[in-house]
Amino acid sequence: MSGVALDPKTSPTFPMAAKTALGDTQMRKNVRHATDVIQAKRARVVAEMPDWQQLREAGKQIRQHTMEHLDFYLEQFEENCTRAGGVVHWARDAQEARRIVTGLVKASGSEEVIKIKSMTTEEIHLNDVLETAGIHAYETDLAELIIQLGEDQPSHIVVPALHKNRQQIREIFQRKMNLPGLGETPQDLADAARVFLREKFLRVKTGVSGANFLIAETGGVCIVESEGNGRMCLTLPETLITIAGIDKVVPRFQDLEVLLQLLPRSATGERMNPYNSIWTGVKQGDGPQTFHVVLMDNARTEILADKEGRQTLNCIRCGACQNACPVYRQTGGQAYGSVYAGPIGAILTPQLQELHHAQSLPFASSLCGACYEVCPVKINIPEVLIHLRAKVVNQNTAGIAGLFDFEAAAMTAMAMIFKSERRFRAAQRLGRMAEIPLVRKDRQGVGWIRWLPGMLGGWTQARDLQEMPKETFRDWWEKRGKNGN
Amino acid sequence: MTAATSSNPARAEILRRIRLAKGGTSDTAVSEAAWNLVAREYRRTAVLEPEAVLELLEDRLRDYDAHVVRVGRGDVADAVARMLTARGKHRIVVPTGIASEWLPAGFEFVVDQGMAAAELDKFDGVLTGSTVAIAETGTVVLQNVPGQGRRAVTLVPDYHLCVVNMVNVVETVSHAMDRLRGTAELPTTFFSGPSATADIEMTRIKGVHGPRHLDVILVL
Amino acid sequence: MVKLLERLGHTVEFPAGQTCCGQMHYNTGYQLEAMPLVQRFVDQFREAEAVVVPSSSCVAMMKDHYPKMAASFKDEKLMAEVDALLPRVFEFSEFLTRRLGLEDVGAYYPHRVTYHASCHGLRNLELGDGPLRLLKAVRGIDLVPLEGLEQCCGFGGTFAIKNAEVSSAMLSEKTTAVLNTGAEACTACDNSCLMHIQGALHRQRTGVKTVHLAEILAGDEGAQR
Repeated sequence: MSGVALDPKTSPTFPMAAKTALGDTQMRKNVRHATDVIQAKRARVVAEMPDWQQLREAGKQIRQHTMEHLDFYLEQFEENCTRAGGVVHWARDAQEARRIVTGLVKASGSEEVIKIKSMTTEEIHLNDVLETAGIHAYETDLAELIIQLGEDQPSHIVVPALHKNRQQIREIFQRKMNLPGLGETPQDLADAARVFLREKFLRVKTGVSGANFLIAETGGVCIVESEGNGRMCLTLPETLITIAGIDKVVPRFQDLEVLLQLLPRSATGERMNPYNSIWTGVKQGDGPQTFHVVLMDNARTEILADKEGRQTLNCIRCGACQNACPVYRQTGGQAYGSVYAGPIGAILTPQLQELHHAQSLPFASSLCGACYEVCPVKINIPEVLIHLRAKVVNQNTAGIAGLFDFEAAAMTAMAMIFKSERRFRAAQRLGRMAEIPLVRKDRQGVGWIRWLPGMLGGWTQARDLQEMPKETFRDWWEKRGKNGN
Repeated sequence: MTAATSSNPARAEILRRIRLAKGGTSDTAVSEAAWNLVAREYRRTAVLEPEAVLELLEDRLRDYDAHVVRVGRGDVADAVARMLTARGKHRIVVPTGIASEWLPAGFEFVVDQGMAAAELDKFDGVLTGSTVAIAETGTVVLQNVPGQGRRAVTLVPDYHLCVVNMVNVVETVSHAMDRLRGTAELPTTFFSGPSATADIEMTRIKGVHGPRHLDVILVL
Repeated sequence: MVKLLERLGHTVEFPAGQTCCGQMHYNTGYQLEAMPLVQRFVDQFREAEAVVVPSSSCVAMMKDHYPKMAASFKDEKLMAEVDALLPRVFEFSEFLTRRLGLEDVGAYYPHRVTYHASCHGLRNLELGDGPLRLLKAVRGIDLVPLEGLEQCCGFGGTFAIKNAEVSSAMLSEKTTAVLNTGAEACTACDNSCLMHIQGALHRQRTGVKTVHLAEILAGDEGAQR
């Protein structure tokens, strides 16, 4: 896997990427194992909560309410954060965000930064831009470290390196950390990472983070993590730069009581993750004395403007949808061609791209609804998928190009058939005639189709199709009517 | 220093887009009224008796392989001595404002006066108090106040021994947030077991960064 | 289904003008094409005391989307008719367990069977253990649990064509689970799932077949397969 970041603008379509992914046996095994484990853990800790559904409803309402008053809460956050000694910046898009962050790092006088895992920084390909500007960014999450040293791409929101097994990780560490005698157990590997990174934590002067939640009422920032690298990056450097999508804001401190119950149980199946850090601006003698927050839009306001797509912004990045998704289970995350993968990726990525790219993603789903069932903030992902499919189809069928869209023509023809009983019966008769050359009878006299032409060939790649019944229900019913019961 | 909020074009543009997207401008009164309408039917009242709450906390902490003891108010120093001996720790950093009656003889305690991280790294461990503990999740919360200290002090040393006052033990996360709201602006850290990762084949490994062991003394 | 309902003493009618609920179009992004089918459905079934549908995904389509679709027409009359009709629309197993309050429908089906929980029935209609309770009451049946019964079989309508590779991968897990039960047949409430599962079971010459829940429940001494 190359070190080029997953970019929805250039990624192959989902069906193509999925086909490649399906050939990766190791990845598929790892993904199945990982998602089974997290799903089981999640189920256990959710079952402990008698008020889980009420928490989900509150979570949904809090997030929905936030989006409905987003301007107010962003301004309130800015005011409170600034009063506490933080500096707040605004970025309209990825390019502006990268420019601001790069400038801030340079101003801090450091040519290195230590980073906590942040999907937002990956969304805007920050590391590449920093590298070009002569700044090396060290990823400090174990999984992100594995990805970075291995020149790979993340495949899951919460467990980005789940497609790698211990031998693969050991091989990467041996090479990149210069540890030829490195042991193979997960403990050995974690210890190696601890030593490797500790040196950086104690030395590097500038840290870059994302944020789980921005608290408007207090101007505080909340980071949820497991390993302690977050605390290192938030506490030890002299300068801290936090970048967050504008959808990260939360109205009040009290609202965390809901989100801090929903997030750990949904993301890693824990009652509480090991460390949560909440800090407000700058505190004399405790932590970075220079603190910047970059609030980024990057098409989130476009999503906000779409009444049916808006609920996408409720996402708290728990990854539960990925673990539950039977499609993701087969393909892993990289097939989605973006840092946001799985069900949330299928709706978020195309919308962040304003549907100029990633149009295949809304179709990368069987609409089974398992994601909606586990989403802690009740995003109706299947509903948004259907909504986006309609938008993509409208895009494809617009203008001259639309006239030549084969699928659209087929759909129009079928629609005509369904609008009329006469045409429906005719279609049934026609279908029975048309399939004759394709049908082979088995010993019981039942006919089967082993091959279908064109697009329909997708079915017969791996499946047979039984012929139409000799007597349809309609025929049977009418015959019965003539002869009585 | 503040970014020029009134003349910042990016800020103005983003706010404009938001208002266009949702229709209209929101102010304090409107937002407050709407916030109050959020349905909160999750648990917000205590269900367990105080003793059951304490037992639950101890249970959860032991799940994380923490050593946990309960002592009376005068016996903290003894408990500290026993815990440190059990873990083989001798040279301990403490935050300013730590209760001196908690410190037993026979160990080296150094008060943190803002020493560098590299210095903190040389201690065997840290001893602190705490603000609140959450029984349901086995969480201990510290803030930057006397006796608990700045964040680096409980981050860099490899061992954290934490004294929890029983009156500060609450049942749920909601109760804890209630207790913390008055000092919400202070640097705050929630500890739920030692640091951990499951990034390698989903095997939970303890102690990647941050203290690898966390023990608790519950005081009447 | 007709056979069973009549055995239970009900009168069954079949409005011949019915065609399709519109799910295929709606879910593939062709919402406009699906719209006329709402009125059509109402016209066909307006007078019915109960509408029974042997397909949970069709019922889910109607319950989840028809009210919205009618509202988008801003057609007050249609909206009212949809609201009046939907409570009388039942998926087949749901009709038996919830509307009729039955579990034992007098069925006889002496075969080893395993049950797959179709997604729409499971999650949208919340059928719960209704179908399983009906199956358990069937005389002669050897019911074996299916591992991962709640996991999608991979059909997903046009998904099976547009993402045929992934669909097949998902199906492969499902058929492996079915084969592991040693069952003679796999059953479910949706023919789309069954057609899909059967497609692979037959291609691989496994000798295992699929059978709709209605066929099992209609089985009696005289119709033993």
